[in-house]
Parts: sequence; C-alpha cells; structure tokens
Amino acid sequence: MQSTTAHTDHAVAHHTDPGFWRSYIFSTDHKIIGIQYGVTALIFLLFGFGLMMLMRWQIAYPGSPIPFFGALLEKSLGDVASGGIMSSDLYNAFGAMHGTIMVFLAVVPLAFAAFGNYVVPLQIGAVDMAYPRINMVSYQSYVIGGVIMMVSFFIPGGAAQAGWTSYSPLATSLSTQGQTFWIIGMVFLITSSLLGAVNFIATIIQLRAPGMTWMRLPFFVWAQFVTAFLLLLAFPPLEAAAVMQLMDKLAGTSFFLPTGLAVGSGALAEVSGGGSPLLWQHLFWFLGHPEVYVLILPALGIVCEIIANNTRKPIWGYKSLVYSVLAVGFLSFIVWAHHMYLTGMGTAISTFFQTTTMIISIPSVVILTCLFISLWGGSIRINTPMLFALGFLPMFGIGGLTGLPLGLNYSDIHLHDTYYVIAHFHYVVAPGTIFGLMAGIYFWYPKATGRFMNEFWGRVHFWLSLVFMNAIFQPMFVQGMAGMLRRMVDGGVNYSLAKVGQDAIGGLSDQMIGLNSVISIAAWCLGLAQIPFIINFFWSLTHGKKVESDNPWDSTTLEWQTPTPPPHGNFATAPHVYRGPYEYSVPGESKDFSPQNQPV
Amino acid sequence: MDIPYVVHPRPDTGLYNAKLGIWLFLASEVMLFGALFSSYILLRIGAPAGTWPHGLLNIPIGTVNTLVLITSSITVVLAWASLKLNQFDRFKKFQAATLILALMFVGIKSFEYHDKFTHYEVVMMDGNVADGHLVEKTDEHVTLKHVQVFPLGEGNAWDHQGEHKEELRIERSQIKKMENYGPWHNTYLAIYFTLTALHALHVIGGAIVIGYLWGPGSKMWKTDPERFTNRIEVSGLFWHFVDLVWIFLFPVLYLL
Repeated sequence: MQSTTAHTDHAVAHHTDPGFWRSYIFSTDHKIIGIQYGVTALIFLLFGFGLMMLMRWQIAYPGSPIPFFGALLEKSLGDVASGGIMSSDLYNAFGAMHGTIMVFLAVVPLAFAAFGNYVVPLQIGAVDMAYPRINMVSYQSYVIGGVIMMVSFFIPGGAAQAGWTSYSPLATSLSTQGQTFWIIGMVFLITSSLLGAVNFIATIIQLRAPGMTWMRLPFFVWAQFVTAFLLLLAFPPLEAAAVMQLMDKLAGTSFFLPTGLAVGSGALAEVSGGGSPLLWQHLFWFLGHPEVYVLILPALGIVCEIIANNTRKPIWGYKSLVYSVLAVGFLSFIVWAHHMYLTGMGTAISTFFQTTTMIISIPSVVILTCLFISLWGGSIRINTPMLFALGFLPMFGIGGLTGLPLGLNYSDIHLHDTYYVIAHFHYVVAPGTIFGLMAGIYFWYPKATGRFMNEFWGRVHFWLSLVFMNAIFQPMFVQGMAGMLRRMVDGGVNYSLAKVGQDAIGGLSDQMIGLNSVISIAAWCLGLAQIPFIINFFWSLTHGKKVESDNPWDSTTLEWQTPTPPPHGNFATAPHVYRGPYEYSVPGESKDFSPQNQPV
Repeated sequence: MDIPYVVHPRPDTGLYNAKLGIWLFLASEVMLFGALFSSYILLRIGAPAGTWPHGLLNIPIGTVNTLVLITSSITVVLAWASLKLNQFDRFKKFQAATLILALMFVGIKSFEYHDKFTHYEVVMMDGNVADGHLVEKTDEHVTLKHVQVFPLGEGNAWDHQGEHKEELRIERSQIKKMENYGPWHNTYLAIYFTLTALHALHVIGGAIVIGYLWGPGSKMWKTDPERFTNRIEVSGLFWHFVDLVWIFLFPVLYLL
C-alpha cells in the first residue's frame, strides 16, 4: 500500500539525529513539548508571584519607596515608578497582569499543557499525541501570546490596568494601549488552548492502547479529558468578546459602551452607544467559571494518582470520581453568573445561578471525599509528592467551602469584592492547585530525568510553603469579613477609622490595616521558601539520586512501564492493557502492585 | 514511530484522527459564532423600541450570495465524491468551481461593504438630516445621491423610505456632523460588520486550504490517495460549516 511507504520514510527521518533545534526548540515529541510548557510556565509562575510581592510592599507600606526593586522599576518603566514608589497606574497594571499571567500563562499551561502533554500519552499507552505538529504550534502560539503580554509592560502607558477580567467600559476607556496588547495576546493564548484541547480529546479517544477501555483510564486522564472539553467550549465565547472589545477600542463600535457613557471629566464619550456592559461580563464569565475548573481538575487528577500510589491500595470510588468529574464539567457551564450578583441582572437570574452553584458543590465534594476515604486503612508511604498531595486536600477543602457563602447571593452582597474573595479563590488555586502541581513535579521528575529530586529539601519546601501560604491567606478572610475591599492601592488606609471617623460604619480598624504587613511578610517568606525548590530542580538534574528501575514508585499505570526517560515513540513494545488503573495490593499477587499491562 | 489511525478509521470509534479533530474544532467554532449570535440577541432586545434598523441591506444581493455559497457546498461534496470514485479530473473541475464560487461570494460581500462605507448620514445646521450615498467629497462641499431629507429627531433614514432627491449638494459650512454607515455608526452595523467579517475570514481561510489542496497539495493523490481523499473530506466539512453559518447570518441580518 502506498501509505506504508510514506510512513516508513517518516520513521526513517526520525531515526537520524534531528539536531538541537528540531530536538529541543521545534520538537514535535509530546514529552519535549510537555517539558517546554512546564519550564516556560514555571518561569511565568515565578514572575507573576514577583509582581505580587512588589504589590504587597505598596499595600503594606503605601507610598514608600520599594527597597532595591524600586530603583529597578524606575529604571525600566520610568515615571510610573518615580522615586521607586509604585504609582496607582503601575499598581493597577501589576494587579491585572498578576491575574492574567497566573491564570493564562502559568497555571493552565502547567496543569493542562505540561502535565497533560508529558503524562497523558504515556498513561494511555500511545506513541505520541494525535497531531504532533499541531502540538508544536500550540506551544509556539502560547509563547507568542506570552511575549505580547510581556512587551505590553514597556509600551507608553504600560500594561492593561482593568483587572484580569477586563470589564468594559473601564477597559475600553483607559488611555493606555495595554488593553489592545492584552486582547491580542489573549487571542494567541486562546488559539493555543484550542489547539491543545482538540489534540488532547482526539488523542484520548483515538490513541488508547488495546485493552485501555474508558473505565481503565487513570483518573488523571479523565480529569484532562474533561478539562480539554472545558477549554474547547468555554474559550471561544471569550474570543468573541475579545474581538468585540477590540472593535470597541479600534473601530469605534459600542458593543459594551452604553448610551450616555461619561468618562474622565464627566463629558459624554464620543461613541454611538447602545451597547451593554453586562454583555462583556456574561461572555467573560462564561469562560471565567469553567476556567476555574480548568485550573483545578488537572491538580485533582495528579493528587489522585499520587494518593493511590502511596496508600498502596485502589482509589476509593473510582467510578464515583469519573461520574463526578463529568458532572462538574457539565455544571461548570451553567454557574457563571454567580460572579455577577451585584450587577443588577435581576433576582430571578441570581436565584437560578445560586441554585446551580449549590448543585455543583455536590460532585466537587464527592471527589474530595473519595480522595479522603482513599487514605483510610492504607499503609501510607510519606514522601515529598505525597506530602504535597496530602496538603492539597485540606487546602482545597478550605477553598471550596469558603466559596459557598459567595455562591449564596445574600451573603455575597457583604463579601463581594472584598479580600474574602481573594482568600477564597487563592486557597483553591495557590495551596490547592499549585500544591497539586508541585506534587506532580516531584512525582514524575524521576520518569523525565532518571533522577529523584532531593527528599530533604523537598520536605523543607513543602512545610515552609504550607505554613506561609496559610499565613498569607487566613488573615485575608478576616480582612474581607471586616469589609476591606480588594484592588485598593493604599491597602485600605483611606477607609481606616482614623480617616473616616471613629463612628463610621465600615471603617477599618488599625488591627485590620495592621494585618497588611503580616500578610506581606508572609508572602515574601513564601518567595524565599521557593528557593530550595528552584535549586533542587536544577541541582537534581545532574546530582539527584539515580532511579534503580523504570518504576521507582512501584506504580501500576503505564507511564512507568516505559524506559527512563521514555524515548521517541515511548514504549519498547506496544503495550496491551489487562487491568484497571489502581490494582495495588491485589490479594494473591506476589507484589503489592499489578501494572496495567501485566496479564491477568 | 507511526501514529495510528491517521488514514484508516479506528474500529471502535469509526473515525480517523483528522475527522475527529475537525468535528471538535467545529464544536468550538459553534461556540464562537454562538457567542456572537447571543450578543446580537442581547443588543437587539436591549435597544429602545423602534430604533433597531431595518432595510439597510439589499435583500436580493444577499439572496444571490446565499445561493452562491449553497452551490459551493454542493460542488465541494461532488469533488470529494469524485475522488471516492477515483476520478481525479472531475475532482479538479468541481473544486475549481468551489474556488470560483468562494471568490464570487467574497466579491459580492466587498461590494456590499463598499456600499455601506459610502453611505452617509449628514446632520445639517438647519436641523435636517440628509441620508444618501456619496458622489463627491471636497473641502468645500459634499454631494450625495438618492438622498432622503428629514428633520433631526424624527426617526432614522429607514423610517422615511419613499420620498427622496436624486442628488443633493451640501456646503461644508452647512454640515454639523457627518458619518458613514461603518461599524461605528450603531450597534446593528457593529454586529453586522463583526459577524460578516469574521465569516468572510472563514471563507477566505477555507478557500486558501481548498486552493492549496487543489493546487500544490494535490500531488498527494499520487503518493497517498486515501489520505488525500480524507483531507478533501475534512476541508469539505469545514466548508459546510462556513456555509451553515451564513445560512443563519442571512435571515438574522437581512430579513428579521
């Protein structure tokens, strides 16, 4: 057959050494692309955190020059940081970009693209992704989007300042072109996600090894599968919204600009009007809420793998996990307007979204409960990945449960836009998702490199991170319930009792204002606590303890039944799957783990 | 290393990889256009009663363009069917017809755009509005043809169909404000231009892919005919989707 010859040529081409550029920069191998995504995303993660550490200085000590970094900011960005003091414009830009970078450039690429690319094809027994070249383009599109976002810091007027949510008309009326950069950057990032999502779904449906039935898929693959659908279907409406906002900005349309809009001096804006600011919010949150689950589901998948592996017994309620993750995926499309209770969209709509929001908490709790019960009666093996996975459970639990008062529209009236909200979603994403991702890094590092990361420094990294994460976010709940609003450049000083008078309702006590510096110090300490991780990550590449087998954690899933690190094409012999994903401690077996490709 | 199911379908799913991929991609496209259609609905029901424009677009021209696109949908299927019947020459003819029809569509669309960009609404110092197509624009005066003149505040041009002047010359000093019917003019035109331009980009993108597979890409017929036929099928699926979007756009923007 003619197609065979074409394929043979293809295979031969890969056996010749493709050279540095094709191997590491323009690679089509899913493992290299996974690592590219991972390293790029970790750099963005550090950068996004850096922005916040600088903002925390301004919040704790408003109006005083930032030590050392202040001079650096003034030199690179000019007037917005004159005298090393963070201006409100710069504060707004950093705030908007912190959110954008963390969500779209750091956590999603790390959770979905990096781990997904590296692990999913291995776990389903595939030779690569279904579309390797599209995979490469997806990564390149992500890098281009990231570069556009970075460049926007240096244009006149600076980066986007309207928050990561970019609400119109604010986003449209600001004088900086940063918003235009933001939109165009987002279009590239959306393209990247879209290509990735199509690729993952097709790979999981088409390239499962023989015998890898749906109910034998590791839970991580299920989580990625649902995540891919969320990205596929939720991102396009944001793309549509971005196109419309771009039209508002550049072509003078009024999609999101109402009749009678006044900006700045109070004069009416020169626009045709007739648009709807609420429309932007609907379209944004139609992405925004599924995006929350895009952030969390891959981490849940990672944690599930690690817990099964380190309790040495099957995960409790595998089917419940699968059906729950499907339910979460579906429901996440009909809860978006719980971000909009205070917009005046009407009580009937609020009630609907309040109801769906309460319903979605059920499958979420089922997932978390399954993971907790899985610990019961296991002979738990403690190591760094397991510590992070165990840390994830209560942290994600706090994040989830504190979301309930925000999902009920009466209590949301008080809590909306306060530090309580910040604390809530950071508990989900920072000690939640990021702990899950760290667990994944420590867990799969030996497969990717052939060496372990250092155990002692891994534990130091975990315990310090756990302590400081909580020291940062617990006080924010207190501040938020006392009524401290988010996004204030002065850390709330203008609402202090000293400013507004002792009898004023809603004034912030010295104690509340004082928590600002406690939080900031904890944030900087958290920054220091990442140094052991960074050093460990690079040092272990060459000095880490070597793995003694291809399956150092005695795991059952297929990614460990490959050579270490897996070569191009992954498996030495094409795997055939005979078992479910978590057959640990099967009675009557000689070992306490039965790999999926071991015949029954 | 061979990726399986590139050409032949996987038995349990009945799909080869690219076919699944294009369906997934089209699902995301449905969401993209779905969001824009939803925006149209929201903007339209949010508009004050009686202000939503009617009759700004030429329905016969729109109908012709609809027929052009529907015909191209037929030729694209016939092209694929020809390959299945192993008739490469017929494929070439049908796909050439598809490309010509695509070009016609874009041409007619450009004519319609041009018509809107030369359509002006001029608010005059005497409190009247003149609404017509531009003939000439100089530093001293502006000349419009097929002009409707009506007092400012008494509705819009589409409320004053019928009585019109063949040509009207307006001195610049008499003009208070002058604006053409671009996307900036009102939200109807904003969504009209956004939707149709995005759709036109899809037509152009689809035509480029079809053109590539018709021209240089068709060499694959000699080396790997099955895979080439798959490519034609996948590009054809995309083309049908683009047609389908227009089938929704036409009534929504022209008729309703």
